Parts: sequence; structure tokens; C-alpha cells
Amino acid sequence: MKVVLDHLTKRFPSRSKKSREEVIAVSDFTFEIPDGELVGLLGPSGCGKSTTLNLISGLLAPTEGRIFFGDDEVTRLPAENRGVGLVFQNYALYPHLTVRQNILFPLQNLRGADKLTKEEMNRRAEEAAELVQITPYMDRKPAELSGGQQQRVAIARALVKMPRVLLLDEPLSNLDARLRLQTREELRRIQRETGITTIFVTHDQEEAMSICDEIVVMKDGCVHQIGRPQEVYDEPVNLFVAQFLGTPPINVFEGEVKGGKLLIGGAAVLDTPGIPDQPVMAGVRPEGFVLDEDGPLACRLSRVEVMGRDITVVCSHEAFTGTMIRAIIPSESQVNTASAEVRFSVKPGKTRIFAKETGERLRPADA
Amino acid sequence: MEENNRKAWLYLVPAILFLGVFLVYPLVDVFVYSFEEGYNFASQSRFGVGLYNYGKVLHDVYFLQAVRNTFILVIITVPVSTGLALLISLGLASIPKLKDLFQTIYFLPYVTNTLAVGLVFMVLFRKTDYTDGMVNLLIRWFGGPTVDFIDGPYWAKMFVLCFYTVWVVLPFKILILTSALASVKQDYYNAAKVDGTRKWRIFTRITLPMISPMIFYLVITGFIGAFKAYSDAVALFGTNLNAAGMNTIVGYVYDMLYGNAGGYPSYASAAAIILFVIVLTITCINLMISKKNVHY
Amino acid sequence: MGESLDFDRIERNARIRNTVLKTVTYALLILWGLMVLFPFYWMVLTSVKSYGAYSSENIPQFFTLSPTFENYVKAFTGVPLARYFLNTVIFTVLTTALMLVVIIPAAFAFSRLSFRGRDLLFTLFLSLMMIPNELVVITNFVTITNAGLRNTFAGLILPSVTSVFYIYLLKENFAQIPDELYYAAKVDATTDFRYLTRVMIPISRPTIITITILKVIECWNSYVWPRLITDEQTRYLVSNGIQELRESGFGKDDIPSMMAAVVVISVPLIILFLIFHKKIMEGVSRGGTKG
Repeated sequence: MKVVLDHLTKRFPSRSKKSREEVIAVSDFTFEIPDGELVGLLGPSGCGKSTTLNLISGLLAPTEGRIFFGDDEVTRLPAENRGVGLVFQNYALYPHLTVRQNILFPLQNLRGADKLTKEEMNRRAEEAAELVQITPYMDRKPAELSGGQQQRVAIARALVKMPRVLLLDEPLSNLDARLRLQTREELRRIQRETGITTIFVTHDQEEAMSICDEIVVMKDGCVHQIGRPQEVYDEPVNLFVAQFLGTPPINVFEGEVKGGKLLIGGAAVLDTPGIPDQPVMAGVRPEGFVLDEDGPLACRLSRVEVMGRDITVVCSHEAFTGTMIRAIIPSESQVNTASAEVRFSVKPGKTRIFAKETGERLRPADA
Repeated sequence: MEENNRKAWLYLVPAILFLGVFLVYPLVDVFVYSFEEGYNFASQSRFGVGLYNYGKVLHDVYFLQAVRNTFILVIITVPVSTGLALLISLGLASIPKLKDLFQTIYFLPYVTNTLAVGLVFMVLFRKTDYTDGMVNLLIRWFGGPTVDFIDGPYWAKMFVLCFYTVWVVLPFKILILTSALASVKQDYYNAAKVDGTRKWRIFTRITLPMISPMIFYLVITGFIGAFKAYSDAVALFGTNLNAAGMNTIVGYVYDMLYGNAGGYPSYASAAAIILFVIVLTITCINLMISKKNVHY
Repeated sequence: MGESLDFDRIERNARIRNTVLKTVTYALLILWGLMVLFPFYWMVLTSVKSYGAYSSENIPQFFTLSPTFENYVKAFTGVPLARYFLNTVIFTVLTTALMLVVIIPAAFAFSRLSFRGRDLLFTLFLSLMMIPNELVVITNFVTITNAGLRNTFAGLILPSVTSVFYIYLLKENFAQIPDELYYAAKVDATTDFRYLTRVMIPISRPTIITITILKVIECWNSYVWPRLITDEQTRYLVSNGIQELRESGFGKDDIPSMMAAVVVISVPLIILFLIFHKKIMEGVSRGGTKG
């Protein structure tokens, strides 16, 4: 089932009594999610991603715009008639019901032509439990399960009614780091197996990058970029997107473009044909640095962290906007730790230039 | 933390003294009284030690009348007040804007003097030679026969007593249930809504189980409170409750202790202990039922 | 497009159902609101009707065009209402104050000091909560009578002072204050008593206020104990005064004067409630859920 959002906008009346201004939670969101894809809504907290999810589920009504599931418009359809599965951040499992009863709950709501026999319900519940691998715990109460198991039950409950669309609100944020890694692979597997169009909300870019077919980067209610994870990472449309994706984050320098060259701290770092002369922000991915004795970027060496697979060079530069530059280089490289200075050149494919004023991406003519 | 025995006891002395004299000692003493047969306060005499007092009380028509009245009151008011409070709290939960205003109004009876407002109820319900009173006026509007609720037939009097009791206990129950309902997380309702759950099913399968501990709490305390009914009845029917046929067990205890028939602390003690046993038994039964039915 | 038509119907039905439900809800809530408020209205209304006007009403009137305050004058002159009032104020203030003096140190000892037998003693205290008043009232009546304290404030107040439940409530509250504060105070050479008065009591002020308000309400409305222990009119509290009025004061049928007295004794608590309604309701619900 493809999902289409058409100029979706949600405004809330202001909470404070003083100002009458409305709060814009989601602004003019247009997007078509192809059938069977896993899409991540990504952004810092308060960016409107959860609101978007609630608009799709029907728990909130949009101020403007339309929503389609397939060819059906569902904009004004109440949540109970939309046929979506929803997994909550804190799972919202009914504490007084067993796992089995929790999973059966949505099926028992079906009425009329959709009504199932007891056997059919049980079979479906068993299937869902098997899919998320919680079969041994069917007769326990949610409080007797670990966080990860509760998460699986929540997913089973959302899947058991065979929803047209599966929605997940920060599904991994209540799990510890190791479990999170494991569960996100699981999520990917389940989504692949069922083929249900899935939308999930997260503030963790790594999570989104690792399992999504497509990601939507949002901020302040606005969509900044939509695309395949690698594409968004490699070709961010603005400084915000560039900074939001990637760990360690992109290293941003102040600089300027002059005569087709990017200057950082006065040194020409890169050729930038076609970009008019102006002050810019230059972002270099950690892996975009190359150790080079004659390189244009001279940094004060702070320390070297040997990680085994690679080496992180921590250093500083007067034009750098943060405190410490983190450059990741292959482990075979030899860094002279006795020296106070380290020199780099940068890879053009890992360096992105943004207008200083607007933060918009500036593209060289040949790239 | 270091041990500071003496200082700690110093802080506790006043409390222990008060509790000892006015709570622990009387508790022991009441049992002693209850076995001192026919002890008379005026003449300071008794005629033996044994179970005579209990037998005497249990055969007293006034006591049996009081037990009957109390049981009827309990059986009617506990379910009615709890159910009504639940209904009103659900209503309140669905109107977030005016909730505070309504809740404040509903709470008013809690802070008013039971005796004073009881007098108002008496005036509203009673029928005298020159006027039928407010409530009978309403009954006439709807075409019913008038009846004296204060000095008339038994069930009319019982109705007023129950009505007034419910009026008095409702504020507390509404308050407790409203906060219990507010503590159920919105996520559960959202989850149920997305799953297409009907309102009634949400209520029976989610809301009710989630607030069931509070409902049982209210039922248990409601039973205990209703068994101790007394001042409501006094407010409506005057201090001579035996004459009005509306006495309660607690009323009987006080009458035996002090009042027209008073001066017999041993009978009062026996009656009080019988009441205590009844309440204890019912509370235990309630607790057993709630253990089975409260889910967490 | 048949599908989308269907959606319209679903949506319309949902809206109609909601409107109906809302209307019924409001109707019920307003109805009960009237039930609660009507006795208060009636009591004020009757209190401003003149005796003559009231007696000639064969059919009760829902309003009056000639309000009078003569009943209030009668209420204060016909019976010693001012005396009842004063007695109740004295009783309430002294009982509440004495209670605080007793329970605060006890709660402090249980929550902050460690001494041998603390947990055992606290358990004993808690079990005292289950003792119904009716059981102990009999002996207390005899005790006070034998001590010759009938018709005295001491006799009225002393048995009403302690409340195990309030000790429990306050102890729970004290226990939530982090230990670090205590140790910090100790390092600064603060005595226990000073720590109690300067740190714990200010921090727990909301709870102490709640307990005070609840106790004031309890005292103001208490009826049974004062009735047992007072038989001189000059020692009556308002509840007993009201009951006395009902039985013999004013002549049984001077309802307007009676209502004037009822208004007078109801007003202080209602004013207290209107000022502190948030605190009172919060306190009652907290007390209720913990008890």
C-alpha cells in the first residue's frame, strides 16, 4: 500500500495564553511512500515527526492537506477505520492482559464481515508471535518481560490485524544500546518478511540510516530532504542535514570561495569551479581527510585515538566552528605524534560547501 | 547513621502518650467492659463477668432494628454512590475544559457541616401541617402522591437517609475516581483507538481494569464508612433515633452510653465490638474478592 | 468513488454519535451540579425570607422579592450562636495546633532518627490506624467523665489530638527529603531540632498545610464527641448547637432563623474551601489514595 501525503499541514493553537500565535507542527509536507518500503522520519525532538505520524494514524486531524492510502483518501477518516498498526514509544501494552490477550485485542475488535472465528484469531496471534519470536512468553504479563520482549509484543499486536500501514513511534529509544542494535535488524527482517509499508520515527540518525529504504529529514515542522540514506549523507541539501547525519559529525569550517577556489584559513583547499565568490561554510566528513605532508590544511595536533580498524586524529584549526576536528584515517597511516602540527588535504567527494548566510548547498559546476 | 535512642524517644513521647491514653488503653478497656455484665455507670455496679452483655444486646429490638437499618443503608448506598461517582467521573473526563469548575462544585458537600446541611435536607423533604415542602411540590408536579419523608413511612425515611448519605459521600469518590481516570495513560486509549476498539469495550477492557484498584479501595472504605453511619441520621431525624425507627448501630452504641437510655458502657461496648466484627468480616471478604479481581 | 462516499458516512455517523454523547454527558453533569447546589441555594433563600412570609407559603417559593436580615439577628440573639461559634473556633485552633506539635516530632523521629525498635514501633503505629473510633470512644467518655473534664475544653480537645494517619502522611513526606541535606546540615554543626525547624518543616510545608486544612475541616464538623462530652449550652460547638436548635431552639417552626444559623456556621468552611480548593482537593485525594 503506497502512502501519499499531499501538502500536509498541522497547526496547534498556542499553549501560552499571552500570544495568540499558532504553533506550526508540520508545514506543507508532500511525499509519496512507495508500497512496501521502510521509511524513517528523522529529526531533532520537536521537529514535527511524531505529529506527522499521528496525522497518518488518524489520531490527529490535519489543518490542511490530504492523506491517501493507495488511491483512497483517508484524510477525514477516524483512526479506527484506517487500518493502521501503531507501535508506541513506551509500547502501551495493556498491563492487566497477558501477551496473548494483548495480541488478540485488535482482532477481537473486528465486527461484521471482518469478524473472525476463535480458531482463526488464535492462529493469527500465533503467527504474529512467531514472526517476532515471542512464542514462549504468550501467557505472561507484560511486566514480566524485558524491554526488548515488550517491544516485540507491541510489534506483534500492531501486525496481527494485517494493517495497511505500520507506524512506529521511536520504537527503539527505550532499549539499551546493545538491544537497540539487535532489535533494529529484527525490525528490518520483519518488515521485509511482511512487506507492509512502514513508517518509523526516530531522532537517531544511525538507526534511520542503517535500516531505512528512504529517510525524511525534518526540522521545525519543515521537510529538509528526502532520499536514500547514502544519497542524503553524500549530497545533503543544506548545512543542517549535513550536520544531522553521520557520526562523528561532519567537520565544519568557516571559509570563503574566491576565484573558483575554496579557501580555509587563507589556504586554497579545493577547486570549486562555478561557485561565485562569497563567504561559505565548508563541511568535511571525518573520512574526507587525507594525511598529506604538503596538504593545505595545517592543524594543531591534539591527540591520536587508535581504534584498531582506523585511527582518529583529533586536532584543531582556527577556522573550525566546533572545538575539535575529528579526522578518521586508515590504520596503516603513520602519524608523527611528536609533531605539534598535522597537515591534511581533503577529498572533493567528502567535502561540501554551503552558503554562509542561508546554509544552502553550493555545487561546483563539474560535480 | 548513629544510634540516638534517647533523643528519638523524646521526640516520640507526646505521640505515644496521647495514643496510649486515648487509643490503646481504651481498646483494651472496651473488651473488659463488654464482659462486665450489666455494668451501670451511675451505680458503678455489675452483676458478673461473662457473655451476658452480648446476649442482651443481640436480643434488644432496638439493636436489631439498628442492625437492619444499617445493613439496608450499606447495601443501597455503597453500590449506588460508587456507580454514580464512576459515571460522573467518566463524564468529567470527557469535558476537559469545564472539568475543574464542575469538580469544585461537586466537592462542596465534603467541606460542609453534615448536621447543618442535614437540617436543610430535612426542611426540603418534610411535610408539615401548613406546607408539603419542596420535594413534595416536585412530586406533585409529576403527578405523584405526597409523602412525609421525615416523619412518615419507613421506606420514605430510608430513602431520604440513603439519598443524603450518597450526597455526602459522593465528593470524595468522585475526586478519587477522577484522579484515577486521569492517571491512565493516553497512549492506551490511542492504541485502542487505532485498533478500532468500540467505546464500551475500551471502558470494560481497558479503563475499568486499570482503575479497578481504586474502585475496590472505594468499595472497601465505602463499606466501612457506611457501617458507621450516624450523624447523617441524626441530622435528618433528630437525636431520638429509636423513636423514629431510624437508629444505626453506631447510634445504638452512643444511646447506650449516653442519652435517654444511657449509662451502660458495657452494653455499648458489646454493641461496638459486634459492629467491629461485622466490619472486619466484610472488609476481609472484600479484600479476598479484590485480590482475585484486581489485576496488578 | 463509492469507497469515498462510504467514508463520508462513517465520518458523519461518528460526528453525530459524539454530539449526542456530549449532550447527554453535559445534561447529567449539570443535573448533579444542581442537586449539589440546590440545598445551599435553598438554605440562603430561606434565611432571608421573613418568618411571616415563610409561614404563609403553602407552596414553597423559589425566590423572594423582599429579602430581610432579621433572621440573622434572631439567630444571634435567640440562641448563643456567637458562643457556639467562638467555642468551635477555640476548639479547632487548639486541637489543630496541638496535633501539629505532637505529630511533627513523631514523624521526624520515624523518618530521620535511627533508634532501636523503630520499625517495630512504626508498624505498631500503623496497625493503630485500623482501630475504629467507635471502639475507643466508650472508654474515653468514661476517662474524661471520671477526670471531671466534662464541659471543658480539655475534655473536648485531648482525645481529638492525635491522628496516626497524619503521622504516617507526614513521615512519608519527610522521608522523601534527600539524606544529603541532613548530612550537609550535620557537617555544618546543625542540631537535629534546628534541622527539623529550619529545613524539614519548610520543605514539607505543602503537606503540613494540607494536614492542617483537613484537621480544621474535621474539627469544625465534629459532632459525636462534643455531644457526648458537653451538656451545658455554653460549651456547645456549632454542630451540637445546630442539633439543639433543631430539637428545641426558636420554637420548632422558625425555619428561616434556623437556616440563618445554618448559613452562618457553613460560611467559614465554604470560604476556606473557595480560597484553597486546589490544595484541599489535592490533599484529600492524596490522603485518600495513601490511606
